[in-house]
Amino acid sequence: MKREKTHIIPPAERASPDLSSGKYLVMWQGPQHPGITGNMSLRLVAEGDTVVDCETHVGYLHRGFEKLMERRLWMQNFPLVCRIAVPEPDFNEYCYAAAIEELAGIQIPEKAVWLRTLSLEMMRLASFLMWIGGQAGAFGHGTIIQWSVTMRDYVLDLFEELTGGRIYHMYIIPGGVRSDVPKGFLRHVLEVLNVVEKNLDDIELVMFHNAIFKLRAEGLGYIPKEWIDQYGITGPNARAAGVARDLRKDWGYLAYPKLDFEIILGTKSDAYERSRLRLLEMYQCINLLRQIIDAMPKEGSFKEKLPNPLHWKIPAGETYVAAECTRGEYGFYVVSDGSDKPRRVTVRGPSYTHAVSVMERLARGTNIADIAGLMVSLHTYPPEIER
Amino acid sequence: MDIKDFIAPFAVWKRAFEKPFTVKKPIDQRPGAPRYRGFHKNDVEKCVGCGTCEAICMNKAIDLVPVAGREAKAGDSGLRPKIDYGRCCWCALCVDICPSGSLSMSNEYLWIDRDPDAFRYVPGVDKKPWDEAKLGYARAEGYRLLEGKRVEMAELPHAEAIKSFLELVRGYSREQAEKEADRCVSCGVCVASCPVHMDIPGYIKAVRDGDLTTGLRLLYETNPFPEACGRVCTHLCEEACSIGSGGDPVAIRWLKRYIADQVELSNYGQILPRAEPSTGKKVAVIGAGPGGLSAAYYLALLGHKVTVFEKDEAAGGMLRYGIPEYRLPYPALDKDIGYIESLGVEIKRGAAVGPGLSLASLRRDFDAVYISTGLPLAYGLEIPGDSHPSVLDGVAVLAAATRGEALGLGAKVAVIGGGNVAMDAARTALRNGASVDILYRRREEDMPADPQEIAEAKAEGARLIEKAIPLEVKDAEEGGARFVWNEARMVQKEEGKRPVPETIPGAIREERYDSIIAAIGQGPELSFVTEEDGIAMKRFKPQVSREGKTSAGKVFAGGDLVNDRKDAISAIADGHRAAQGIDRLLGGKGA
Repeated sequence: MKREKTHIIPPAERASPDLSSGKYLVMWQGPQHPGITGNMSLRLVAEGDTVVDCETHVGYLHRGFEKLMERRLWMQNFPLVCRIAVPEPDFNEYCYAAAIEELAGIQIPEKAVWLRTLSLEMMRLASFLMWIGGQAGAFGHGTIIQWSVTMRDYVLDLFEELTGGRIYHMYIIPGGVRSDVPKGFLRHVLEVLNVVEKNLDDIELVMFHNAIFKLRAEGLGYIPKEWIDQYGITGPNARAAGVARDLRKDWGYLAYPKLDFEIILGTKSDAYERSRLRLLEMYQCINLLRQIIDAMPKEGSFKEKLPNPLHWKIPAGETYVAAECTRGEYGFYVVSDGSDKPRRVTVRGPSYTHAVSVMERLARGTNIADIAGLMVSLHTYPPEIER
Repeated sequence: MDIKDFIAPFAVWKRAFEKPFTVKKPIDQRPGAPRYRGFHKNDVEKCVGCGTCEAICMNKAIDLVPVAGREAKAGDSGLRPKIDYGRCCWCALCVDICPSGSLSMSNEYLWIDRDPDAFRYVPGVDKKPWDEAKLGYARAEGYRLLEGKRVEMAELPHAEAIKSFLELVRGYSREQAEKEADRCVSCGVCVASCPVHMDIPGYIKAVRDGDLTTGLRLLYETNPFPEACGRVCTHLCEEACSIGSGGDPVAIRWLKRYIADQVELSNYGQILPRAEPSTGKKVAVIGAGPGGLSAAYYLALLGHKVTVFEKDEAAGGMLRYGIPEYRLPYPALDKDIGYIESLGVEIKRGAAVGPGLSLASLRRDFDAVYISTGLPLAYGLEIPGDSHPSVLDGVAVLAAATRGEALGLGAKVAVIGGGNVAMDAARTALRNGASVDILYRRREEDMPADPQEIAEAKAEGARLIEKAIPLEVKDAEEGGARFVWNEARMVQKEEGKRPVPETIPGAIREERYDSIIAAIGQGPELSFVTEEDGIAMKRFKPQVSREGKTSAGKVFAGGDLVNDRKDAISAIADGHRAAQGIDRLLGGKGA
């Protein structure tokens, strides 16, 4: 059985349907909806079961982080930033710490570089494991999430062991990290990686060789290559369109230049391709973690001495520091006026583009039942849209 | 799409009977990881209530509160952190920064309580099941947010030091001072311990900000002797410093000195407050020591005309005649005194109150009198032979050194006593080329001298003979005198009190010395006070109110003469309070 998928490229302009005609149904998806991956909402206008217009509504999760940061000492913001992207806090911690270090001219110890890389890759794995359950669930496949969330919990156990926290790790602190690895920790990581890897094989089998998943995901949410720069699409969403863009390679921060890996690329740029690419990146992540554990220095300091955090003033200046998170380029633009608090912090979450502009456009012409699957295939976290 | 896509999904069944990862609480228990950041624990005995946890908490979840049965004392505010778990985010920055290291966290996962107020409690005081938990988040080895080590002060090497009276301590450079000032957490626990309650966090902040003008202004608010106190203060503040609870205390004294050293005397006038317009009232101060001159400074600021009567040929009292030049160089002292004089304070040097200038005449000619004559008379050894010509008095030796007189101590000197005068006398003798033994009746840890002074005296070559109870001074045929003492042992006579020395029968030692310097304490010299003056005394001390007022109208007294601490900073505190009291007496507001 062969089914040709044709890519519909939705128009750039929004439709203006005549809502009084009785032809259209207006419905809200979210802000409380599992297919939204967080607190935001889509106002959909459907004709039959086809969406003709989509408007994204954010603001349900606005906590004003960027403004809060202007009123707190540099160090006090360290426990705050992790909350900007709840399922993936470490990238916030890293970007914020690295931005301060750059402005203050601090070189962190080698050990801290590796521990940060370890923590970020563990985070990537945990985040992908949560996503994949959502992706399968959005197409009605409820088993995968039970497996993958268990796997994620194993990784969270590791985080608990390393950092003392399961969700908000608050491990990457300006100047380095907060502690060395506990005794036996690296062995635990390797054990968990083996279990996760075996599980991924199962997931690959039942999710990616699944008629329903294929039928619904293939051809869904096609992102043409030209959109990548137009919309500022990054991460797996861009790589699935064949654009080799990965900050771990492009910027080569932390220990990534010392690790052996290639950028994984796709071609079809639809929901299936993006999902498959993320699965491959999970395997890559496991491989990177094994490399990190092998290459990490066993001894050495994990934190640079810093001035008293109560009076710490960062030299005036501005910088942009970014890292490749699971969803793409995650960046912090930090401005210091030389005082003990940031003058301005702006967070660039990849979801801003993916969940607002790209989502609105891709939704047009999509079957209403596929909206959740489409949204999850863009892998967005609404918390990072509202900083 | 192929056939596999229809069959493969059925593979999910193979995992249907696997054990789930879920914990069935309360049937199953899963302890938190050893590092888990659970509810707080606080070792309340170790905690000093400095509130640094409160300062770093970005959620304002911590509040320092009074707790039953705990009073404020030196180095402890008596307050303890109360944590509001409605606000806490378990980041543990409070644990990371805690200067004493008293805060930590348990690895407790869950706590259920129907009462919402239960989630605000004082760890360590309000008992919780996890108080004794062994595991939980604590600062990792080698990880600290605060610097525990103070910036080292450059000092003359000991071998070099004893060759001259050059100042030992070099003082901080700007970079060093700012780095040291950065260690302060501005908790203010020190302020209560300082007899004059200097705004220590304020002037340390001024150092940090490079704003020495503000720094100097803050110093002079309560202390007109920053140069002297910046060098020789007994620094009770540093003993109270919260940073000292888990490392070296902030070098508060050196930072004070840094401010005073950096500002030229000629600029003081523009920075410091000007005197109020003249009130036309006259005040006499007897004794130009730190106490008398402090009173004079604050009285002059309030617009009173102050005349200071000093028996010696130079002003400064014990700061000049009791403290050797290598600890307090005369130019530094002169700078402090110079500024006080520049406000119109008249110091009559060589004008001893006594016959010819009676207290009664001062009371007649002035609107108020402040007596601050200190303790100039050294106690004798009170043993047979203590009037031997080789037995000298420590205060007199130090005064003679200040005057530049030949001391003639000889090659072998004994210093009897364990206070700062004893250490100063010993180190003065060392600088005069003598070999020095310091004999003290108790142990080194019981010595009232500043531990740093004891350490320096030893480092400079003084030999410390502990538990030596003086018995006799005998004439020595070879010249000088033989000092005889009885060795003692320490006996705990009463529970909770410090042990006392008890002579060991027969353990008599003796040694010949060229000079024996007695430095076992001093008493007042109040021969100028007559019964007609009507000043009520108790144990040779004038009885005074909080502001130094004696029972005789318009006569105030303060300083070593009156207080128990007998140090410069306490004399300054007395002088400041007396100035306020005198101002009130003269119709002012006392501030």
